Amino acid sequence: MRKISYREALNEAMIQEMERDPNVFVYGLDVSDHKRIFGSTVGLVEKFGPERCFETPLSEDAMTGFGLGAAINGLRPIHIHTRVDFMILAMNQIVNMLSNYRYMVGGKLKVPMVIRAIVGRGWGQSSQHSKSLHSIFAHIPGLKVVLPTTPKDAKGLLISAIRDDNPVIFMEHRWLYDTIGEVPEGPETIPLGEPNILRSGRDITVVATSWMNVEALKAAEVMEKHGISVEVVDPRTIAPLNDKLILESVKKTGYCIVADNDWLNCGFSAEVAARVSEFCFKDLKSPVSRIGFAATPCPTTRPLENIFYPNAINIIREIEQKLALEAVDLSGEEFYSWEKRFKGPF
Amino acid sequence: MKGIELNVELYKKVYLIRKTEEKIREHYLEDEMKTPVHLSIGEEAIAAGICQALNAEDQIFGTYRNHGIYLAKTGETDRFFAELYGKQTGVAKGKAGSMHISAPESNFLGASAVVATIIPVAVGVSFANKRKNNGKLAAVFFGDGALDEGAFWESLNFACLKELPVIFVCEDNGLAIHSPISDRQGYRSISDIVSKFECNVFEEETTDPEVIYRLTCNAIQQQKKNHKPCFLHLKYYRYLEHVGINQDFKFGYRSDEEFKRWYKVDPVNLQRRKLLENAYSEEEIQELEKEIDRQIDNSIKSAQKAPFPDDSELFKEVYA
Repeated sequence: MRKISYREALNEAMIQEMERDPNVFVYGLDVSDHKRIFGSTVGLVEKFGPERCFETPLSEDAMTGFGLGAAINGLRPIHIHTRVDFMILAMNQIVNMLSNYRYMVGGKLKVPMVIRAIVGRGWGQSSQHSKSLHSIFAHIPGLKVVLPTTPKDAKGLLISAIRDDNPVIFMEHRWLYDTIGEVPEGPETIPLGEPNILRSGRDITVVATSWMNVEALKAAEVMEKHGISVEVVDPRTIAPLNDKLILESVKKTGYCIVADNDWLNCGFSAEVAARVSEFCFKDLKSPVSRIGFAATPCPTTRPLENIFYPNAINIIREIEQKLALEAVDLSGEEFYSWEKRFKGPF
Repeated sequence: MKGIELNVELYKKVYLIRKTEEKIREHYLEDEMKTPVHLSIGEEAIAAGICQALNAEDQIFGTYRNHGIYLAKTGETDRFFAELYGKQTGVAKGKAGSMHISAPESNFLGASAVVATIIPVAVGVSFANKRKNNGKLAAVFFGDGALDEGAFWESLNFACLKELPVIFVCEDNGLAIHSPISDRQGYRSISDIVSKFECNVFEEETTDPEVIYRLTCNAIQQQKKNHKPCFLHLKYYRYLEHVGINQDFKFGYRSDEEFKRWYKVDPVNLQRRKLLENAYSEEEIQELEKEIDRQIDNSIKSAQKAPFPDDSELFKEVYA
C-alpha cells in the first residue's frame, strides 16, 4: 500500500468527503492562510472555494455555536483550532450547547459537526499551546472524542467523524503530523469506538493515547530485545469508550500500564485504571500504573520540558518495575527527539 | 394579511400567551410542573407581532423566557403543557421542560438557558439557509442581558460580515435578572452601538402587536433588499419576577409605579380594545377567548393524565 504522512491523510479525508458531500465545509482561523493548519487544509479553498473553506473572526465561542446551527440545518461543518488551548474559548458552546442540543430538543435534530484541534508540542510551546485535555471532553455525554495515532487512523477516523451525526472532537498531536504510514487511497472508514492493537504481546499491556503510542511502541521494541513481549492498545476513540480490547488484553497479560498524553489527575488514565481494576481484578498481578504529564503547567525551557513529558524510557522503567526486571542497558538505543523528527512507518 | 383579520390573529396570539401563562400561575403551586418557569407576561406583543410577520418556514430561537414565542409560532398547547408536566407526550418527552422548549416541526429550533448561547446557533442556521438559497429567515430572541456577553457581539459581527439572513430580536426589559442596564452598559444605547455594524437597526417602545408586526415586515423587506441582517431593539416590561409566578415589587429593585404605567398600555387589553373599536362585539371576542380557554384547559387535563416517560427514555437521544 502507498505511504503518506498523517497531515496528508487528514487532508485527503477532507478532500474526499467534500467531494462526496457538498454539505461538508471547513472553517476556522488559519484554514486558508499560507500555512494551512500545518498543511492539513492544503488545496481546500482552491478546490472548493471560499464558500466551503473560510477564515473566521477570532470568535471561537460564537463560531462553535455557528457550526451547531449549520449542523442542525443540514450542513456538516468541520471547525478547526490550531491548538486545543484555543478551543477552550468555545467551552461554553461545546459543553452547554453542542453536547446536549439533541437531547434538549427531544432527539428531533442531529448535530453532525467535527471539531478538529491540534495538541501542540515542539519545544517552547509552554503553558498555553500544549494542552490535550481530552478527558474533559470525554467526561461530557453527547460528545465523541477521537485521538488518531497513525496516518491510516487519521484518515479513516476523520471520514467516520465527518459522516457521524454527532459532535465529534477530533484531537491531533502536532508531532504525529510528520509520521508516515500505509493509508488506503479510497475513502475507507474506521468506525468510531473501535480500539486498535498496535502491537501484540504476551507479557504486559500498555494502553496509550495519541503520541504516547509512539513512545509505547518504542518501549515495546526495546523490551523485545530483552525477551519481554509488550502489547500496545490504542483506544483511538475515548468517548464513548469501548473497553473490550483493553480488558481482554489485560486479562491475557495480567499487567497494565496506562500511558496517557495528558495529566493524570481525574484523567483518561484514571478511567482506564478504574475499569481495569473493576473488571480484571482477579487477573491483575500488580496494580495498574499510570504515566502522563507532570502535575505542573508545561514549562518553556527545554530541560524542564523534557521532564514534564513522559517518554519511552519512562515506560521501559515502569515495565521493568512491574515485571521485577533488572534495568536494561539503553545506551545503544536511539529515542525520539524533536531535533530528529519521527517519520514512521508504524 | 391586514386590517381586522390581522388584528384578530394578533389578538388570538397575545390572548393565548397571556392565558397560558395565567394558567401556569394557577396550577404551578400544585407542584406538578416541576420546571422553573420564566413567564412571558408583558412581552406578548413582541412574540405575537414578530411571529405573525414571519413565514411558517422561517426558523426561530429563544431563551428560557420562551413561552411567548413557542405559543405564537406553534399555536398549540398540548405538547407544550405535557412538556411542562414532564410527560412522555411533551415536545421533548420531558427532557427539555420550560427552559429548553422547542418545536422543530414548527421551525422553533431551540431555546437555551445560558444567556446569549443560542444567538450564534441562529447565525449558523441562517448561513445554511443562505447556502441553500431557500429564502428562509432565522429570528433569534434574547434579552438585553445578552448584549453583555461576548457571544452576542461575535455573532452580530459574523452575521454582518457574511450578510446572513438573520433577525436579531433584543427584547429589552432593562434588567438582567435584577441588574439594571445602568449597572451593566458602558455605552450610550443599544441601538446606537449596534448601528455601527453593517445591519438594519430598528428601535421601538410599544405594546401594540400590530406596530411590532409592521416593524418586522419592514425589517424583512429591508433585509430582502440589502441582504443585511436586522436588529430589532424592542422595549417591554416584565410583569412578574425573573423566574417564577409571583410579582416581586416588594423587594424594592423596581417599583410598581413603573408597572402601573406599563399596564395602562397592556398589550392584551390594548389589542382587545382595538377589536372592539373595529366592529367586533364583546360577545364575538368572548367567543374567541372561550375557544382558546377550552384549548388550554383540555391541554392541561391531558397533560396531567399523560404518562411520564419510560425509564429507558433517560438513555435515548444522547447520541444520534
